[in-house]
Amino acid sequence: MKTKNSDASSLSKTKTGIEGFDDITYGGLPTGRPTLLLGGPGSGKTLFALRFLVHGAQDCNEPGIFVAFEETSKRIVANAEVFGWKLIELQRKKLFFMDAQPSPELIQSGSFDLGGLLAAIGAKAKEMGARRIVFDALDILLALLPDEASKRREVYRLNDWLLKSGLTGLITSKASGNEASPFSVQFGFMQFMVDCAVVLNHRVTLGVSQRNLRVLKYRGSGFDENESPFIIGKGGFDVAIARTQGRMTGEVSLERVSSGVERLDTMLSGGYYRGASVLITGFPGTAKTTMSGAFAEAACKRGERTMFFSFDSDGAEVVRNLASVDIQLERYVKNGLLRMISARTISGSAETLLVRIKTLAREHQCRCLVIDPVSTLAKVGNELTAHSVAERLIDWSKADGMTMVCTSLLDELDGQSEGGTPLQISTIADTWIHLNYLVQAGERNRGLSIIKSRGTAHSNQVRELILSDAGVTLADIYTAGGEVLMGALRWEKESAERVANEVAEVAGKLKLVTLDAEEAVLEVRAKSLQTELVAKQVEKTLLHRTTESRKGALSRGRIRMQELRGGDVPLPVSKENVRVAKGRSR
Amino acid sequence: MKRHFKFRLYTAGDTGNSTQARFNLAAICRHHLPGQHEIEIVDVLKEPKRALADGVYMTPTLIKLAPSPVQKLFGSLSQTETVLQALGLEIIKT
Repeated sequence: MKTKNSDASSLSKTKTGIEGFDDITYGGLPTGRPTLLLGGPGSGKTLFALRFLVHGAQDCNEPGIFVAFEETSKRIVANAEVFGWKLIELQRKKLFFMDAQPSPELIQSGSFDLGGLLAAIGAKAKEMGARRIVFDALDILLALLPDEASKRREVYRLNDWLLKSGLTGLITSKASGNEASPFSVQFGFMQFMVDCAVVLNHRVTLGVSQRNLRVLKYRGSGFDENESPFIIGKGGFDVAIARTQGRMTGEVSLERVSSGVERLDTMLSGGYYRGASVLITGFPGTAKTTMSGAFAEAACKRGERTMFFSFDSDGAEVVRNLASVDIQLERYVKNGLLRMISARTISGSAETLLVRIKTLAREHQCRCLVIDPVSTLAKVGNELTAHSVAERLIDWSKADGMTMVCTSLLDELDGQSEGGTPLQISTIADTWIHLNYLVQAGERNRGLSIIKSRGTAHSNQVRELILSDAGVTLADIYTAGGEVLMGALRWEKESAERVANEVAEVAGKLKLVTLDAEEAVLEVRAKSLQTELVAKQVEKTLLHRTTESRKGALSRGRIRMQELRGGDVPLPVSKENVRVAKGRSR
Repeated sequence: MKRHFKFRLYTAGDTGNSTQARFNLAAICRHHLPGQHEIEIVDVLKEPKRALADGVYMTPTLIKLAPSPVQKLFGSLSQTETVLQALGLEIIKT
């Protein structure tokens, strides 16, 4: 099996099927070598070992042998049934349980060795082609050995045998309670011998149980050195890991998804980014749940599988309450698109919650996730881990491309500061929407503002959030004289403006009518003037013509007169005639 | 009345413990059960399946098959007292 990590290319690794663990070790346990798994009572050693075998038998076609020194195989099989592992089915071919518990009737006299056991296992391993082997609770067997020397001898024998057999081995053993050195004296030398050692521990901090896993050593391979929390849940063994830098695999999307409130989408220039983590903060009753409900409804409308974690109230109650503001979630719950999780009763560490959330989300294959409120993580006893859990929650949802809306309660006693949330996740969230109250003129109104939204142009304005049976809307608020107006004051202002608008409109209409009338008058006048003009022109032409004809008639008349008088030389009308006439008169 | 003892000793080759057990068993039989015992030695290294079938994992292991009840002992049989007690031979002796 090739590993992801280049520094370990020489070392082949065997996957345990415990996802987080395979990530921490960059691929799993060293193939063909023994690994030591240490832990106190009830720390999950047997479960870890069993998961390793089941994964091999079920998914990798690598049969395995389980050598039980402590619990009988029957009990182990019965216990594992809870996790849905079909051990009985696997037992036929790929999984062999060897009950090697020293029975109480067995009498011991003198020293013994594991030679026979190993020979028997060797034969079985050959027969079934086993690739994996677990020695569960080796300490039980070693306790029977009379002295340190023989204990050491048998451990070496086992180690040698494992190396020769080429089986990937897992040896579990109880560890002392001392956290600094989990190896008990008799196992002190074992840590030097094995190539890989893993420690499981189970602590109770302020009444909250915390399980952690840590890889102590891993020869020839890199590994995540920190303690990683894990839980024993429905699916068996889940290790929560913090993705270290360079392992972020989340795809960055430019797609926008609706926030469920139309005007908010506009304010965010299109909505949230797909895969973004959105934080909605506010005091109790500022409609955080409503906002997240709107988001869930919008997601369901798009046909996306959605999950709603409600830590404050019952899922059914949330559905009912949201219906009052026209957020109809019931039908989506019914058709299975939306899953409401009432998590009020889930107690446990922040880690437990995180793993629960992850498991359920994966089960539901959800694309949109609502956590209401995420501040639950910081309940008493979890202060130390809550921050990192919240970070990992965001990391994980991003890596899975899930769009997540978390709400976070702000403590009213902290004052009106917007400095940060209890978990400080405000710094890692992509979009942060803050809801607050504005008490003014005897009213308490909700205001919404976008504090930040990465990679998005967003409105800088505070909007009033209005909840009504018609849904959730945002309204512009008025600023008058340096004061923000909301609620009734805003309504008053709005009505005043509306009245003013109407008056202006009527006045405008009136003016238009007047102008129309004036225009008509002018048009009429223009027409009459035109007519008058034509008449004048006609008159003028007429005048010209009469003048001409009169002149003609006059000259003709004079000539005729002279002719009639007959006395004078007819006077030509030419200049000569005129001169002659003049000369004559002189 | 002499009871007949039937033993089966599982050993792992010639390891120290197995060799010791063979010697110890032989000595006990010689001293306490002369002429009334039968020893079968099973070398697990040679017949591992038999060990599997019989559920014998620690070597050496001694099984007293007869007389009943069947009794199992493991170890090099170096503590003679314990062995005798387990086999019910102490009572016969005294």
